[in-house]
Amino acid sequence: METASTISTTTAPTTMPGAANGVFEMPKVTYLNAQEGIKSWLLTGDHKRIAILYLISISVFFALGGVFASLIRIELLTPGPELDAEMYNRAFTAHGIIMVFMFLIPAIPAVLGNFLLPIMIGARDLAFPKVNLLSWYLYIIGGALTMSAMVIGGVDTGWTFYTPYSTTYSQSYVFLTGLGIFIMGFSSITTGLNFVITTHKMRAPGMTWSRLPLFVWSQYATSLVMLLGTPVIAITVVLLAAERVFGVGIFNPNLGGDPVLFQHLFWFYSHPAVYIMILPAMGVISELIAAFSRRRVFGYSFVAFSSLAIAIFGFLVWGHHLFVSGQSAYAGIIFSILSFIVAIPSAVKVFNWTTTLYKGSISYETPMLYALAFIGLFAIGGLTGLFCAALGLDVHITDTYFIIAHFHYVMVGSTVIAYLGGIHYWWPKMTGRGYPEFWGKLSALLIYVGFNLTFFPQFILGYLGMPRRYHVYPPEYQVLNILSTAGASVLAVGFMMPVFYLLWSLKYGPITGPNPWGAKGLEWETASPPPTFNFDATPIVTEEAYAYDAEADEAAYQAALQQGKR
Amino acid sequence: MWAFLVTEVMFFGGLFLAYTFLRWKHHDAVVAASGHLDWILGGVNTGVLLVSSLTMAMAVHAAQEGKRKATVNFLILTMILGAVFLGVKAFEYSHKWHDGLFPGFNFHWIENPAYAGGAEMFLFLYFVMTGLHGLHMVVGIGLVAWIIKRANRGDFTPEYNIPVEITGLYWHFVDIVWIFLYPLLYLIQPPHH
Ligand code: HEM
Ligand SMILES: [Cu+2]
Repeated sequence: METASTISTTTAPTTMPGAANGVFEMPKVTYLNAQEGIKSWLLTGDHKRIAILYLISISVFFALGGVFASLIRIELLTPGPELDAEMYNRAFTAHGIIMVFMFLIPAIPAVLGNFLLPIMIGARDLAFPKVNLLSWYLYIIGGALTMSAMVIGGVDTGWTFYTPYSTTYSQSYVFLTGLGIFIMGFSSITTGLNFVITTHKMRAPGMTWSRLPLFVWSQYATSLVMLLGTPVIAITVVLLAAERVFGVGIFNPNLGGDPVLFQHLFWFYSHPAVYIMILPAMGVISELIAAFSRRRVFGYSFVAFSSLAIAIFGFLVWGHHLFVSGQSAYAGIIFSILSFIVAIPSAVKVFNWTTTLYKGSISYETPMLYALAFIGLFAIGGLTGLFCAALGLDVHITDTYFIIAHFHYVMVGSTVIAYLGGIHYWWPKMTGRGYPEFWGKLSALLIYVGFNLTFFPQFILGYLGMPRRYHVYPPEYQVLNILSTAGASVLAVGFMMPVFYLLWSLKYGPITGPNPWGAKGLEWETASPPPTFNFDATPIVTEEAYAYDAEADEAAYQAALQQGKR
Repeated sequence: MWAFLVTEVMFFGGLFLAYTFLRWKHHDAVVAASGHLDWILGGVNTGVLLVSSLTMAMAVHAAQEGKRKATVNFLILTMILGAVFLGVKAFEYSHKWHDGLFPGFNFHWIENPAYAGGAEMFLFLYFVMTGLHGLHMVVGIGLVAWIIKRANRGDFTPEYNIPVEITGLYWHFVDIVWIFLYPLLYLIQPPHH
């Protein structure tokens, strides 16, 4: 710690060097202005433009999901009912569906992955540009169907659609929502296919597997999960929908079916899906940590292979969501043990990141603040995951606010934070302009404080026994709920700020040049913003990933000190 | 392509799981319901598909040798066999509807009422699984038609024939799925002696 912090303030790269002095000029032809007009965007095959399309649509959905979150938090400010139960059920269902299927799953792969994966491996584009565009349209069509279900009356089953409620009893728009999710599933599958094939076939000369940036490794592992898992949820949704329409009872005990079968199928996808959400985030963090501590990520191959390990083991633990659903005690024990095992590769990553920090020459720009926040919050999210995975303990905390807190620490505290860190880090690459550091840091701080204030009290609430998914609660829980709602307000402000200053920066931000952070990686070797086909000439890779030299940086600093220059 | 096929396997995988569950929980009802499937028609279709796989393999081979005429002919044959398969399937479906064995809308189980629920679920899975398979066949026939067009145009040479190969791979995959479906759905009950 000591070493790290003494070096930190010193050899840090000054924020976006040259930017302030007006040294750089905007490149004349970039992917942004190569073609004009709305049509050229809607029919584009350029992975970078598709990433921007995704960025805009995903941000809209995130905001909508946020509106429903606010509804929930306002309702829970007081013990009594402000919304009626029906309305409340619809609010948390809408919130969950939007955030999981329309934001978290596509966010990092479809925005940052789409933009960066081809550039990072030195390719002109993804293997199938048209399929990539198709995936965006599938996403939009699926999203629109799902949203239309919410507009005409909503769904009240929770994002988990448990049977037989969802098949037999619910009067809400389950079919339409299911159809939307089904279609969005194909968007995931096509993205995954494209990434896998691109990574295999389109690497630049010299870009061997062991030189791939860790972000690419994590996208690759994520894509595998998308390919293996998504079809299962798709077919499950088909069965669910067909059951509602035809009235046969595969999941209905009255007709001889079994509702737990649904839970198995659902979690066979949805547990791996939590890795679709976290793996890309881990990839982003590896990039940020390396860039802002100017060191090669410690244990590169461990970090790379732990992504694959997570992808594989993630498929073996779905049963930990069924501890109290009537699976056999033996199954429970086995799933419990396996869930502990799946935490190992995640821990490996955390240790490697912290080791990378050690003796690194750290600087604290906004993206790095996000990365450090990620490490802390993910540690809490992961460790409480182990609480949940402990069979006996989970019987006590299942379906309480403890679970809510656990998965928000991993889904918001980790994935959303990494996403924002990534957006800030690569913003100059995407737009050619820098954002205002001060506002960036301030919003990162607000998000961090607001987040903890919102969700930490929920651990306690859950431990004390407050169940999830009810719109009223006993008065003794109110204090902690007030804290939580207050935190949510801070969080909301924190999330809104980047919208303003990032939009502002599009016009007024300083022009940054190709490599404002002095970072390594092919994406920093081309112009900002890049030309349509990414590179003027196919790059040839001769170095390992992250060929930083912290010691040289430090020596240069010491030399400068001695000459009295600092 | 292999990555795509893996996805496909998982697709059918979910259904096979549901099937396993059904078979385990409602063994007798499944056996009774399976008795209503025409194993002879199913068998004929199996044969048709196997032959189509053969003609497909020949087409791929011909394309690799650069024999345009043979490639096109074998592909046309494959397409015809695929169409025959779908025709037989359609005939079977319409029969089920007539017999009141169509889940949800037209289902009248007149045998042992204890089996009604399980039998309906079985037939439901039958329709979903064979329906999904049929959909894949339709896509396959479309692909073959497209490849025929390209082959006629002279797109393929001994050096460049990946599209033919990939279409072939897809076709074989769809066949293999049927090879699993046929015994699991049709051949549960020993045919009447
Ligand atoms: C460190 C490894 C992890 C372990 C051992 C773990 C364990 C668990 C367990 C046992 C549950 C079920 C608790 C219950 O329902 O009673 C659970 C719930 C959940 N976890 Fe995790 N978890 C881990 C990481 C993650 C990650 C990385 C994410 C997301 C990015 C995540 C998201 C969720 C969600 C969304 C739920 C609740 C689902 C629901 O019922 O709505 N978990 N976790
Ligand atoms: Cu899980």
